[in-house]
Amino acid sequence: MKHALSALISICQREGLRFFGQTGRLVAALVRPLIWLFVFAAGFRAALGLSITPPYETYITFETYIVPGLVGMILLFNGMQSSLSLVMDRELGTMRLLLTAPLPRWWLLTCKLIAGALMSVLQAYAFLAIAALYGIRFPALGYLTVAPVLLLAAFMVGALGIALSSTIKQLENFAGVMNFVIFPMFFLSSALYPLWKMAEASALLHDICAANPFTHAVEAVRFALYVQPNWFALGVTVAAGLVFMGIALWGYDPGRGMVRQKAGGPAGS
Amino acid sequence: MSGLSVRNVTYHWGRHRALDAVSFDVAPGAFCALLGPNGAGKSTLFGLLTGLFRPERGKLVLAGHDMDRATRSALAATGVVFQQPTLDLDLSVWRNMLYFAGLQGLTGRGMRGRAEAALARLGMEERAGEKVRALNGGHRRRLEIARALMHDPQVLLLDEPTVGLDAPTRHDLTAHVHALARDEGLSVLWATHLTDEVAPGDHLVIMHKGRVLEEGRTPATGPALTAHFLAMTGRAVRADEAA
Repeated sequence: MKHALSALISICQREGLRFFGQTGRLVAALVRPLIWLFVFAAGFRAALGLSITPPYETYITFETYIVPGLVGMILLFNGMQSSLSLVMDRELGTMRLLLTAPLPRWWLLTCKLIAGALMSVLQAYAFLAIAALYGIRFPALGYLTVAPVLLLAAFMVGALGIALSSTIKQLENFAGVMNFVIFPMFFLSSALYPLWKMAEASALLHDICAANPFTHAVEAVRFALYVQPNWFALGVTVAAGLVFMGIALWGYDPGRGMVRQKAGGPAGS
Repeated sequence: MSGLSVRNVTYHWGRHRALDAVSFDVAPGAFCALLGPNGAGKSTLFGLLTGLFRPERGKLVLAGHDMDRATRSALAATGVVFQQPTLDLDLSVWRNMLYFAGLQGLTGRGMRGRAEAALARLGMEERAGEKVRALNGGHRRRLEIARALMHDPQVLLLDEPTVGLDAPTRHDLTAHVHALARDEGLSVLWATHLTDEVAPGDHLVIMHKGRVLEEGRTPATGPALTAHFLAMTGRAVRADEAA
């Protein structure tokens, strides 16, 4: 137990040192959602009308609606950043050091996931602070109740990232992940528009969005910010996280053929 | 018995047989040079010895622990220096040591003491605050060896650790690890394709195309060993061609 904890602390410390050592990374992580908030949402404010649906009890601006979705965007991009760092670790060799530690592999990957999730949550709070300064505020207690939900949502997208990293052989293929995973996952969700708005446009689009686990992560965050539990959304988020983690563990199983490539292959053999 | 034992290990990369019933032992306190040209299967064997993947057939025992049944105990008793560097270039020397210590379950004052002692043993203590990116190739390798020794392993595995180093650094590192085996009773498996890294009295395993061609006390060193090695591997190539 002590050993497992010391590994978790070490992996979190390394992730934190790497994150805060790269000052540009926090700025880059925040610029993307802030542009969406200040430019995209402001421009669409007049074009989109939002009716009163839970958790909202009154009419809200589009900027207010979009903030939980943009928090989800931060978690999603950071989850993929973690997957990128795993692919880099594999190419640079540091992955070997992690995988040869005398601990169960599932725990080592979980540590990596927790470390990435903590970094995501920090970024999400930094974004929420800027949004509050901009005038988009949530109930004070909401900033507290959202913390565990943010962690679970970050865990889910992080697990997806680790699962993907087990299939990505080269760093260059990460652009493909951006195009085929991040963007569809983000746009086919309730991050930018409510599901009922999607249903007006296309029943098929609505169904796809409703099946997207990222939609449920965003909704769980949205409700938690208003101090309301959305058990169904939370349940889907947790279930999806466990499925993705299962795929990740399968991908990194030393008995599987693919792990040989991921671990660096037979270099020099 | 402690030390290291490889018994009838076979492994394929797709249809290519990378290891073909490989067997040899390394006694406690012995320096074993695993000599083989590129493609001999040395790194595949290291991947199996470190649990990165599992052998299809055969048995690996490190410091008395069966790699298949007691993987974690085997890994805990083993220090590894991979052919590919595994340092975090953006962290300091000291932080790299602490990261590894955490993965090994070392904590608190004991961890710091061990990290300091391991760095001192390799003459790296004055560089503790430097970023790894700023170190030259020789110092990076020394750091990796220091790190691999931090948890007091009984077995030390080094996969072509001198690749890319100049001759004096290569000589120093080889001599240092020989001294570790002799003075501290470490069982060392040192994979290389360079015959000048083998010292008189070393245990020698010559591998070629996934097979062990010869095992025993090194018959010679220097140019004589080079000639012997070339004759062995050349003979194997001719036999393969004839087959």
